[in-house]
Amino acid sequence: MDPGLDGDCPAVKQLSRSRPPPSPTGRGRSPLYQLAIWLGPLLFLALFYLYPMGSILRVSFARGDGGLAAPLVEALTSTSVRRVLWFTVWQAALSTALTLLVGLPGAYLLARFDFRGKSLLRALTGIPFIMPTLVVAAAFNALLGPKGWMNLGLMSLFSLSTPPIQFTNTLSAILLAHVFYNTTIVLRMVGDFWSHIDPRLSAAAQVLGADQRRRLRHVILPLLMPAIITAALLVFIFDFTSFGVILVLGGPRFATLEVEIYYQTISLFNLPLAAALSLLQLACNLALTITYTRLSARLSRPLWLRPQRYTQRRFLTRRGRLAAAVTITLLLTLLTAPLAALAVRSVTRLDPERGQREPSARGLTLDFYHELTINRRQSLFYVPPTTAIGVSLVYAAATVVLALTLGLPAAWALARDSTSLSSRLFDPLIMLPLGTSAVTLGLGFIVALAHPPLDLRASPLLIPLAHTLVAFPFVVRSLTPALRSIQPRLRQAAAVLGASPRQTLRYVDLPLVGRALLVAATFAFTISIGEFGATALIARPEYPTVPIMIYRFLSQPGALNYGQALALSTILMLICAIGMLAIERFRIADVGEF
Amino acid sequence: MRKKIILLAASFTLISSACVSPIAVLTVMTHDSFSVSEEVVAAFETEHNAQLQFLKAGDTGTAVNKAVLAKDNPLADVFYGIDNTFLSRALEEDIFESYASPILAEIPETFKLDPDNRALPVDYGDVCLNYDVAFLNENAIDPPSSLEDLLDPSYKGLLVVQNPATSSPGLAFLLATIGHFGEDDYLNFWRGLVENDVLVVNDWETTYYSEFTRWGGTRPIVVSYGSSPPFEVIYAEEPMDEPPTAAVVEDETCFRQIEFVGILKGTQNRDLAEAWVDFMLSTTFQEDLPLQMYVFPVNPQAQLDETFVKYLAVPGQPAFVSPSDIASNRESWIQAWTATVLR
Repeated sequence: MDPGLDGDCPAVKQLSRSRPPPSPTGRGRSPLYQLAIWLGPLLFLALFYLYPMGSILRVSFARGDGGLAAPLVEALTSTSVRRVLWFTVWQAALSTALTLLVGLPGAYLLARFDFRGKSLLRALTGIPFIMPTLVVAAAFNALLGPKGWMNLGLMSLFSLSTPPIQFTNTLSAILLAHVFYNTTIVLRMVGDFWSHIDPRLSAAAQVLGADQRRRLRHVILPLLMPAIITAALLVFIFDFTSFGVILVLGGPRFATLEVEIYYQTISLFNLPLAAALSLLQLACNLALTITYTRLSARLSRPLWLRPQRYTQRRFLTRRGRLAAAVTITLLLTLLTAPLAALAVRSVTRLDPERGQREPSARGLTLDFYHELTINRRQSLFYVPPTTAIGVSLVYAAATVVLALTLGLPAAWALARDSTSLSSRLFDPLIMLPLGTSAVTLGLGFIVALAHPPLDLRASPLLIPLAHTLVAFPFVVRSLTPALRSIQPRLRQAAAVLGASPRQTLRYVDLPLVGRALLVAATFAFTISIGEFGATALIARPEYPTVPIMIYRFLSQPGALNYGQALALSTILMLICAIGMLAIERFRIADVGEF
Repeated sequence: MRKKIILLAASFTLISSACVSPIAVLTVMTHDSFSVSEEVVAAFETEHNAQLQFLKAGDTGTAVNKAVLAKDNPLADVFYGIDNTFLSRALEEDIFESYASPILAEIPETFKLDPDNRALPVDYGDVCLNYDVAFLNENAIDPPSSLEDLLDPSYKGLLVVQNPATSSPGLAFLLATIGHFGEDDYLNFWRGLVENDVLVVNDWETTYYSEFTRWGGTRPIVVSYGSSPPFEVIYAEEPMDEPPTAAVVEDETCFRQIEFVGILKGTQNRDLAEAWVDFMLSTTFQEDLPLQMYVFPVNPQAQLDETFVKYLAVPGQPAFVSPSDIASNRESWIQAWTATVLR
């Protein structure tokens, strides 16, 4: 199915039809027209984000004695909150910098070169993004824990008596996990934007005598900046609101605002303070997003975007090939080695031999996969893995359709006229759900969506809606830089040559942003597939997603439970990889190569 | 085409028949770990010509919060799974209707923590120290027989516990130390544990599957459930006779979590809700509990499954802290603990 151009985006089509002849700049449409584009996305955000958030904040503050002011003052003056805020900010900044450092060389490789197995590489590097935190913790532990392969190897190599690498409950564990999760954002957002930039610009600079460093500084980086800061913003917000990684890998000595909100809400039921902290978190993210919006409007400039087949080449030199091999190896080691360790464990016998403590490899087995299909306890809530996979895929498909339907018009409006009042107002709004505390929003659904026809509290519909809230900003952010970079002159030329607005869309805009559309769809898919919504939402036990099933197994002792969690995690990785490869293969209409 | 018409006709009949004889639906809100046998649910549904709909609302704390926030327009008719560490939150928020089930007469007084019968006890389980039997044997270390033992230098670096601020067994173990040492002394005990190199992590999953020696960690003693050893046997890869782990059940080393059920205020199905509460206390449901959720029935009439009993050690005298004490001190205890252990 076409994700968003023929069937799902009536707004765009309608607008293209009713559009007056292009003005010289392609800008300056009436406010009414702007609002019409925004109607869908705004309605969605109003109903499923602003209304629930407003309700829970109101209810929370009403529970305290001091109204709005007292908890806010408490939050702002408390030294422990200040400490938490400071840690949240600097760990997010450090994580983002590291993620860029790891991601940018890979992005360059994916953008400029054409090599075999590229789609696979892209899919493999995307898998970490969807893995449940507890599973990732187990994977890292298998590699870097006290009895992990690294420590055992180093201990036997240098005959040490204690494990040299201390991993659990350290800051490095948090940073490593953040890089592990988010590198794919940089690879995709920057890599795909880069792949459309005309290499002749850099070539021209070279001809004019610029060396490699100057070309990078004065040509490539300025052109790439919009994509880089977009990726950095998304990564930063993810790290800023990090919850599972901090809790599981960071241990009890580290807390972000999100962890503190969870603690205040669930453990202490101090809703007024939790609400104040939520507001604080929102304010930080809003400030950040507004800065970003300002910055990106200034940095972006129309480019001659080129289809990929003109921008990519094969490796020419042996040195180039070697550098590429090193980069790919490093990326894959970092991003897929822990996952491979998991997959291997899922087909390895786990029960230790009597008297021998480490779960030693005693041969291969498919027992855990087989066990998934058995309802051993005759439990009412047993669900075969195929059902869970089906449920996950249905939710993911719904999220992709919904996120593109809402995201495309919004991105279109932002790209066409970033200076109009509506764009300046709504741009930061789009990002807010990402920076919002999931615990708070989950309770907001309970309070707000409680009356027919919107009593969705226990409805399975709520899950794709919640996933879309997270996916929507990604879709908009993936599409806007590409849409913004289209030279208005191209559209004008097409119009002069007699193309209808529809034809312009089809033959000018689409081929240039097709790649970005795929990126957007991939993000929506992966966000939905990996999201673990059980803590934020009410789950209907008869429709569990794969991550929810994994948690079910992981919360009980016993080899079979642990093994089944590993087996399901491996299945989840496979679905994700296959899904991403399928999206890669997808051609929008018959536009062909991008 | 014809197939489609038949299908359409069939679905219409289904819909209309569903409309003709309305089956009452009873919604039960519960936590993520809830489980029950198909046949037990079917027995209730046929007997009362009703349909049960379960809603899982996260861990116990999250589920309770949701029930509290939805109390003006309840999400369900019945809430099951609130335990004695959260009980006072629900009672203070007044989310339950009182119901004196006739079966309560059979249930021992020690489990009835709410004199107004808004929350009725259903089952209990104990949070206890577990240890890796093989590891202690090989290193010739005796399993601890009291909490004080853990301060002995021979247990240095052996124990991993959960953070009481984020984990339910972690909080239960903190309460066990408060129940045993008293409010004045428990922090001294924890200072001793810190000196003896206790490891604290945030969640049960990490303690058990990452830090516990049985699963590749370095700590042979872990805070877990009294029922974890039978789990290890029943969910072993290959049949085993002896559990590889054991629970310490000496007096005042464990903390007992009692789970309650209550009828949510504002239910439109009061009769059916009462019937369900009675059913949960009856032997049919109570006998199903152990193998579904690895907890004990409160109804002494319920017969226990043999495999379950065989591997399960039950503490005779768990440490006790009253729900009202927990309610009024939870925050200050956790904060004092955090200041002592983590800073």
